[in-house]
Amino acid sequence: MKPSRITECNEWFLARFPLTKLWNEHMAHYYAPKNFNFWYFFGSLALLVLVNQILTGIFLTMNYKPDAKLAFDSVEYIMRDVNWGWLIRYMHSTGSSAFFIVVYLHMFRGLLYGSFKHPRELIWIFGMLLFVALMAEAFMGYLLPWGQMSYWGAQVIISLFSAIPVIGDDLSLWLRGDYVVSDATLNRFFAFHVIAVPLALVMLVFLHIVALHEVGSNNPDGIEIKDSLDPWGHPVDGIPFHPYYTVKDLVGVGVFMLFFATVIFYMPEMGGYFLEHANFIPADPMKTPEHIAPVWYFTPFYAILRAIPDKFAGVIGMGGAIVVLFLLPWLDRSPVKSIRYRGGIYKKALMLFVISFLVLGYLGTQPATPTATIFARIFTAIYFGFFLLMPLYTRWEKTKPVPKSLTTVHSLEEQLPALIEEITILKPASTEIGHTAFKGSSFTRSPNPEGIKNLISRLVKNAIGSLD
Amino acid sequence: MKNLIALLLLLLLSFGVAASEGIELQEANIDLSNNASLQRGAKHFVTYCLGCHSIKHIRYLRIALDVGADPKQVLKDIAPEGANIYDQLHSAMNAHDAEKWFGTQPPDLSLIARSRGADWLYSYLKSYYVDPKSPRGVNNLIFKDTAMPNPLWQLQGEQHAEHKKNIWDDEYIKLIIKEPGTLSTGEFDIFVNDLVNFLVYVGEPVQLERQRIGKYVIFFILMFLVVAYLLKKEYWKDIH
Repeated sequence: MKPSRITECNEWFLARFPLTKLWNEHMAHYYAPKNFNFWYFFGSLALLVLVNQILTGIFLTMNYKPDAKLAFDSVEYIMRDVNWGWLIRYMHSTGSSAFFIVVYLHMFRGLLYGSFKHPRELIWIFGMLLFVALMAEAFMGYLLPWGQMSYWGAQVIISLFSAIPVIGDDLSLWLRGDYVVSDATLNRFFAFHVIAVPLALVMLVFLHIVALHEVGSNNPDGIEIKDSLDPWGHPVDGIPFHPYYTVKDLVGVGVFMLFFATVIFYMPEMGGYFLEHANFIPADPMKTPEHIAPVWYFTPFYAILRAIPDKFAGVIGMGGAIVVLFLLPWLDRSPVKSIRYRGGIYKKALMLFVISFLVLGYLGTQPATPTATIFARIFTAIYFGFFLLMPLYTRWEKTKPVPKSLTTVHSLEEQLPALIEEITILKPASTEIGHTAFKGSSFTRSPNPEGIKNLISRLVKNAIGSLD
Repeated sequence: MKNLIALLLLLLLSFGVAASEGIELQEANIDLSNNASLQRGAKHFVTYCLGCHSIKHIRYLRIALDVGADPKQVLKDIAPEGANIYDQLHSAMNAHDAEKWFGTQPPDLSLIARSRGADWLYSYLKSYYVDPKSPRGVNNLIFKDTAMPNPLWQLQGEQHAEHKKNIWDDEYIKLIIKEPGTLSTGEFDIFVNDLVNFLVYVGEPVQLERQRIGKYVIFFILMFLVVAYLLKKEYWKDIH
């Protein structure tokens, strides 16, 4: 039979471009561990948010004016007069906060399961570069609406560079393009936000994924699935990314979109955290707002900056808080990767680190009162302590033996029937006298206080026990 | 470990207490589906505020469409004489004069409800009191030494500030109307509330539409989630 036109086109194309090979290498024949849990949704979600930001960003630039005189009004024009402009803008503004939520959870996953450790150091480095690029992207994007907080936030952050000895003042002048944040600054930030940094982000995402697919994904057990292969050379504990993880990630996408849409349609300002109230006032270089706070995702680092009394030392501290993350693969000396097989010290240290990150984040949104500053100092010390003491405590602590192959942990979904069984009591449906005998087959479930008590005490015991 | 957690919780609590100081705001009753209130608010705005404050991000036509009024009616009842239905709500006062008279240019109020909040606006407009020391003869409890004179004094009457002490001997200021205005206290509250309601609408005209569409979007995502979940379950049934 003569091959059809479509098949011919297909062959022509495949002879010139390795589409099948690429698809197989990265999707259909890319073997991922089969025990990914909740924490493994955030990588694909970060990619989803990136695409959202790029698409909505393209539409926003069609009506936005990067001009100090027009910028603020053009954003309101988008919000009111452009068809569906409000939706595009809220998707973009909510997307930026969502990006940081997703990325912070993605990084926390790395800390939980040691995904930064050998042989994945380079993936971590690319990821950290992505994080830095993302912060630059968000910082420069935040200037564009040209509100009071945009303006004064940029003013504060750029003036930090002037704290650098000798070259500081000239450097900050060079960055701003003027003696204060002005139209020149807005224009260059627009250029960086719209093309330069997004290009870097996309390239880094590519490198991050190529590096990941070279060594393979880590997993909650922190063991290398490539160490045990089946007769066909595939990892025994691995499953092809497509279709297994593509369909699984779709569920994650659905849950994420549910939250995302709820914020966009019902709380786009998120109580002043996603869109700050003061940013609804046009930028005014003559009026400094009473209280300048960066957007929530920068506040932990801002709190560290303010906690250190000397300005230059503060800048070093803030930069150091990010630089130290790059060094993580070499600071951690533990022989095991996953938190499941680490000792109690790392678990407690990680918990303290998370608390200090959250508290610093909160303090960064608040005015710097003397008490707040003392707390910021304590938690800054804990933040750095987590990293700088890591070479010591990860070497000292006693780890648990790591299994040869993946362990099965029952998902909540599988445990649910048993749990319901435990916390409820089965009773025959109460009916009128005389009919009970015939209706014996209908039962109702009512809460069982004994079972609930047992469950709670078991959960508490597990939670406490899991720290050791 | 337990002590540490308790300590942290205590710390967070103390921050919360410290953060909630300041004068308590009165609560505005915002209902954007109340078209009558929005229409009254628009009328009040044009009568009492537009002389100095613009709301340049909205047009009369948009107001007419959103509050369910006939555009002709809006031109007749709400807009100032000679206004066109496609006009934005610009103020007639020029910036140079304003600077000379008030020391500052009255801000555009398109987004005031989003930057200040409805309760703040409601309390602010109700908290003027006679203050002979101030250049304008009045001061404001919520926004001390505000440059804005009280445009609503004829309606509210003359309000005076009295220093009082509560049972713990803390001093506080109570505002008392000494000379009643043309509106009773209840009527004045409704007047200010309508005005604030209108400003909240103007801050984001699409609010009601957004919440209406949101229901369908979330319903769609829920459906998607069900399909995605079933698909995942089907594919994963042989993975152990």
